[in-house]
Amino acid sequence: MTNSVLQVENLTKRYGDVQAVRGISFQVAEGEVFGLLGPNGAGKTSTIEILEGLRDADGGAVCVCGYDPKTQSGELKHEIGAALQSTALPEKLKVVEALHLFAGFYKRRRNPEGLLKRFGLVEKRNAFYSQLSGGQKQRLALAIALINDPKVVFLDEPTAGLDPQVRREIYDIIEELRRDKKTIVLTTHYIEEAERLCDRVAIVDHGQIIAQGTPRELKQASADKTRIEVRLAREESVETLRALEGVNDCRALNGNYVLHCLRPPQAIVSLVKHLEAQSNELVSLEIATPSLEDVFIELTGRRLRD
Amino acid sequence: MTNLLTLTRMRVRLALRNKMFFFFSIVMPLGFFFLYSGVFAKGIPREVANLLGPVLALNVMGSFWGLSATLVMFREQGILRRFHVTPATATDMLVSSILANYTLTLPTVITELLLAKFLFHVPSLGHLTAVFFLVSIGTISFGSLGLVIASVTNTMQETQVLNQLLWLPLIFLSGATIPFTYLSTLVQSIALFLPATYLVHGLKRAIVDNKGPLQLLLALGSLSIWFILTLFLSSQLFRWEPEARIPRKAKLYVAATAIPFFLLGIWENKYGRVIAEEKVAVQRLDEAARAERRAKQKDIQQDPDASDQNDSDQKQ
Repeated sequence: MTNSVLQVENLTKRYGDVQAVRGISFQVAEGEVFGLLGPNGAGKTSTIEILEGLRDADGGAVCVCGYDPKTQSGELKHEIGAALQSTALPEKLKVVEALHLFAGFYKRRRNPEGLLKRFGLVEKRNAFYSQLSGGQKQRLALAIALINDPKVVFLDEPTAGLDPQVRREIYDIIEELRRDKKTIVLTTHYIEEAERLCDRVAIVDHGQIIAQGTPRELKQASADKTRIEVRLAREESVETLRALEGVNDCRALNGNYVLHCLRPPQAIVSLVKHLEAQSNELVSLEIATPSLEDVFIELTGRRLRD
Repeated sequence: MTNLLTLTRMRVRLALRNKMFFFFSIVMPLGFFFLYSGVFAKGIPREVANLLGPVLALNVMGSFWGLSATLVMFREQGILRRFHVTPATATDMLVSSILANYTLTLPTVITELLLAKFLFHVPSLGHLTAVFFLVSIGTISFGSLGLVIASVTNTMQETQVLNQLLWLPLIFLSGATIPFTYLSTLVQSIALFLPATYLVHGLKRAIVDNKGPLQLLLALGSLSIWFILTLFLSSQLFRWEPEARIPRKAKLYVAATAIPFFLLGIWENKYGRVIAEEKVAVQRLDEAARAERRAKQKDIQQDPDASDQNDSDQKQ
């Protein structure tokens, strides 16, 4: 990648006995929205915090905007903006004061009034931080992340814990940043967030990247396999279902069976015949086109939120 | 420097919006002032001057309490974490805490001095330059003690326990609440190892005996060295993250900050300068009180009507 502003090579991080990050490598190009998608505890936040200079890596090489976060964090912090997983500010700090306060730390700064307008916080400019709703707090966190007009913006779970409507508002803001060609690295465990917002996604599990590419590329890996999720009256062996005609793969998932099929009609017919022979019943059946969730299930055998 | 000023402004602004700050940093010190001056000193200017040092010292020493609690609260709530992503450094956070605390403490101290002068008619506030230096160095050094407490405690509960454990000996053994000469010889010997003792003693001597900074160099010097040590230690142990825990052995480093007053305590226990000066001061006060009583009795014997008039004037 010739125009990459962020390079991570074989990154490792350990907390006591827990190996949180196990040799993660990726690059992010200028103007790209790159997502780290994975379940809680996958190592996404540890990775992003190392890139922000909040934690030291145990091993590997990291370069963000030409700086090593471990040894040049002072210079790096002028070039990046960050919205942490949970941004907390003093309760009695007013919205407009928060923007002016953070603007005061940087060499390069944007007009706080402009950001208030852009993030729909003009009416709340004199409200204390404690008086803001969850969505308003997150919008303020994003505004603060942009106060220094950063080259790279890190968003750690930007919509976690927010209701769907507020989540959509945040998506709109991030899409706007994407149109402005901001380089963004975000972590998420929401499939739709990664699919909607990211140019490229790295799927992270147990501290490792298990797949990487554009959402389309990742889905194409299972594009030719339709996903059929069934619930049966009685348990069946996964091996038996996998051996049915038309079925390429089968996994048990939270009491359901997920069949990946190249020829769905044939798979359904053979499944029904098998169940009749076993005096078993089909309780429910769902057919879906592949999503990043399927990619994750296919790779790990688990759902993202398990 | 810009980061420092930005953070200092924020800390001052937040403190002024905090009711707890208003109570503990303004209402309570002024309450102590009126209790000491109006009740303990009975409004007698000479006695008010004698108790002004302990009152100012209480105000100055209280710095560590608020500073440690605020910093631990900022860390527990994840507020420090947000500042960690900015170019602000640990030193900026620590020094801005001290500067903000100093900015907020000074007006109360000045108010107390003005009230002593104009409300209680204290004839002289002593050597004001020495008072200024002692108040300044006292505020920043006790503030810095608060930063060490914030660094070595992991939770607000731990912070409050440690604050209590330190606060009680500081106020009861230093002469700030119980006159130093009332303490037993053993307790006096222990008190000579406390920084608060030198702050209280220094302020009393500056106000009552008009001693200048050069004559109070020992108190000023030891408090300054203590400030440097505590600030250095707190910067070394500073933690941005709420989940970051301090190693047990790091708590032992705190013992290093006691070195200046440990040495000073040994020296004072050997030569007894502070104790001697305190005894002299008490004798002087007693003599002044006796002289006043004698003069009053003489007045009564010579002119009983005038004395009655004097008494009623005083009551008014």
